[in-house]
Amino acid sequence: MGVVVEMDNIRKEFPGVVACDNISLELRQGEIHAILGENGAGKSTLMSVLFGLYQPDSGSIRVRGREVHIANPNAANRLGIGMVHQHFKLVSCFTVTENIILGLEPTRGMFIDTKLAAEQIKQLSDRYGLKVDPHALIADISVGMQQRVEILKMLYRNADILIFDEPTAVLTPQEVHELTKIMANLTAEGKSIFLITHKLREIKAIAQRCTVIRRGQWVGTVAVADASEETLAAMMVGRAVSFGVKKAQTKPGEKVLEIENLHVRGRGGVARVKGISFSVKRGEILGLAGVDGNGQKELVETLVGLRRADEGRILINNKEAGGLSVRERIAAGLAFIPDDRHKYGLILDFSLEENMILKSYHKQRFATQGLLNFTAIRAYAQKVISDFDVRSGRGAGALARTLSGGNQQKAILGREIDADPDLLIAVQPTRGLDVGAIEYVHRRLVEQRDSGKAVLLVSLELDEIFALSDRIAVISNGELVGIVNTDETDENEIGLMMTGLRREAVR
Amino acid sequence: MKLRLSKTSAVSLGAIGLGLFAGALLMAVTGSNPLAGFWHLFRGGLMNIERFGNSLASSTTLIFTGLSVAFAFKTGLFNIGASGQMLMGGLLASAVGLYVPLARPLLLLAMFLAASVGGGAWGALPGWLKVKFNVHEVVSTIMMNWIAFWTVSYVVPRYLRDVFLETQSRRIPAAASLRTEWLTELFRGSYINLGLVLAIAAVAVVAFLLERTVLGYELKAVGHNKHAAQAAGIDINRRMVASMAIAGALAGLGGFVFYAGYSVNIQIGVLPAQGFDGIAVALLAASSPWGVWAAATFFGILHTGKGFMTAMTGIPPTIADAIIATIIYFAATGVLIENVWDRYSKRHEQRAARRRRVDLEQGVK
Repeated sequence: MGVVVEMDNIRKEFPGVVACDNISLELRQGEIHAILGENGAGKSTLMSVLFGLYQPDSGSIRVRGREVHIANPNAANRLGIGMVHQHFKLVSCFTVTENIILGLEPTRGMFIDTKLAAEQIKQLSDRYGLKVDPHALIADISVGMQQRVEILKMLYRNADILIFDEPTAVLTPQEVHELTKIMANLTAEGKSIFLITHKLREIKAIAQRCTVIRRGQWVGTVAVADASEETLAAMMVGRAVSFGVKKAQTKPGEKVLEIENLHVRGRGGVARVKGISFSVKRGEILGLAGVDGNGQKELVETLVGLRRADEGRILINNKEAGGLSVRERIAAGLAFIPDDRHKYGLILDFSLEENMILKSYHKQRFATQGLLNFTAIRAYAQKVISDFDVRSGRGAGALARTLSGGNQQKAILGREIDADPDLLIAVQPTRGLDVGAIEYVHRRLVEQRDSGKAVLLVSLELDEIFALSDRIAVISNGELVGIVNTDETDENEIGLMMTGLRREAVR
Repeated sequence: MKLRLSKTSAVSLGAIGLGLFAGALLMAVTGSNPLAGFWHLFRGGLMNIERFGNSLASSTTLIFTGLSVAFAFKTGLFNIGASGQMLMGGLLASAVGLYVPLARPLLLLAMFLAASVGGGAWGALPGWLKVKFNVHEVVSTIMMNWIAFWTVSYVVPRYLRDVFLETQSRRIPAAASLRTEWLTELFRGSYINLGLVLAIAAVAVVAFLLERTVLGYELKAVGHNKHAAQAAGIDINRRMVASMAIAGALAGLGGFVFYAGYSVNIQIGVLPAQGFDGIAVALLAASSPWGVWAAATFFGILHTGKGFMTAMTGIPPTIADAIIATIIYFAATGVLIENVWDRYSKRHEQRAARRRRVDLEQGVK
């Protein structure tokens, strides 16, 4: 097998951090080479260097044996390097074909020859088993299909070195499975693939070799067949990692949250939540599983009071809560860990201590006669910071912006849990966190459950749903497909339910 | 001892430097000597106690309008309506000054309140429109400026008119003026008045409000991230209206100190430029209240000095306005200066780190 890409001693510094510290690796013809690392380890930076988005401070890149200078993504394209970004770059009101040919439209006279292009795309699609309809509108097709359009975009540009940046983050288990097959087809046809990921299972499933990066440094390149998930995880984190969360059996108590026949409209008046009913009891974690964009956002916003329901009831501790304001719901015992912590969880330009009192600043202990009591605020913030192991270089006075994602999340967790809520709504609580922080967040959530709180966990990661939940509710297209006990189901069944199939149909 | 600057003050000082440089270029291009131009520009604002007093008097109004814009900025709102709020504040204050027979301290207090109410209402209304009907405050405050403009044009000739001129109000009585004999005498007959004391007090009050109070905390929370503020239970709509009302009241007070301090009557047909200059002041000050004081003083000096510069050198006074405009431009595009600053401090740090390493190695030996 020949070597198609050699990256030699690549170094890239950003102000204050060395994102890549003299990393070397090579991609062989026809292999899937995984780049494994925690968030912020430098894997995306390294691949961005290869794709021409960043210039390395030092080091060299050889493509098919020739030393190259990749000044920008166009240069990368000319070298046959393509990239599927985590966030797709598609025009949603264009068709598949129009998106793919964007930038190199085949013309006939003054006009774009879409017919020819569509044919070519159809052929490519068939050859790799992508099953994409060239005439469909992007807005009408699923996220999984959109990803395939991105793949076709690379293929249409004759790329044979493909970079996938966390491609499975947005997919259902079934779509992940399909993607795996597609990637195998691609390599069988002679393409070579870099796969950026932090999911060990995927690596075991499809990659041949794996390079592990930790804090900008090369840790090792291993043949995947010879390495267990545990070894890979230890290489990634730098210490042994415990998988799974220890959970004692608990007996669920009375209902803390109860919703009945909830209907909610989203933006533009589209019905997003269609008649959902369920309840969460003391001492249990209810996991809400579903593919992104199936009404979870609207449901959660309605529960915390940011959105009004059209119909239906919300009860917190058996009291009507549907008409309460956000603050009244907080007072009623609701805590909320949002998925977008930068938008809903923190005020990044406030200091850590100002963020810690975001929901309680108006209480007597922090404010008297309209004036803030900074001594009390600092003392309180310091207590939460040490209780929840929030690491901040400059202590409680540091801007929230300067903290790492994991520490920001711990700060939110601390603020919400310290309020001693009856009901904790956690949405994607470990999104973007590294393994160490994930472990911590999971442990704290289970702790809440064990101490008799009700926890509603909304997550797109099935692993997380399975690791934490006592019961799993599945939402699809705004409807509740069903609720099952975690120990009576498996990922396959939940995955199928996520596509909207009722449990009876699944079985 | 090394001088350490914060990044924001570096941006502001950089903007001033670049603005002055652009002014120098303009003077050179038009065939004048920039050094002489600047010498007379700053002498004009500072050379004697009277002119210095006038600079401070010019800055007084700018402090209020600058605070007004800066305050709204802190809540994430863009108040372009300081001019209109100034007019309404000035109009109500003048009306009270002309019609209400009270002893001087009480009269001034009544005018103070009238100006706050007039400006406050003129600010609150766009805030309410934004919250209720999602009308952008930039659009509505500009429209409110013209409503104020025409309101003044209607009310002044009809109810407050001067004996000789229909286009302006009567002179307010001495009891209703912020000008005070001892201050005027101290500054040898300049326009300086008690408004400056009010302005400095306002700076302190606004700084205290923003830094120490629950309301300030809420307003800043809404300004930095209204989504998080809302999710934390803050009623962001009421806070936005409150912020605009306070901003409007500050600009209204700017009208009070201008029409009943710097000036002695209110004219029709003029939308006061100080309202828009307040945006420049707030930008240069990076919305910090104490920075507003400094920036307003600086602009006050330029305003007072430009006439002198023209008289002495023949450089058109518009050059001074161009300098102000350029400063605003650079302050607004502060990112540029910030980048240079970052690069410089990074290099500085690296050099320091290298030095430490060398020290360490030598220490080992």
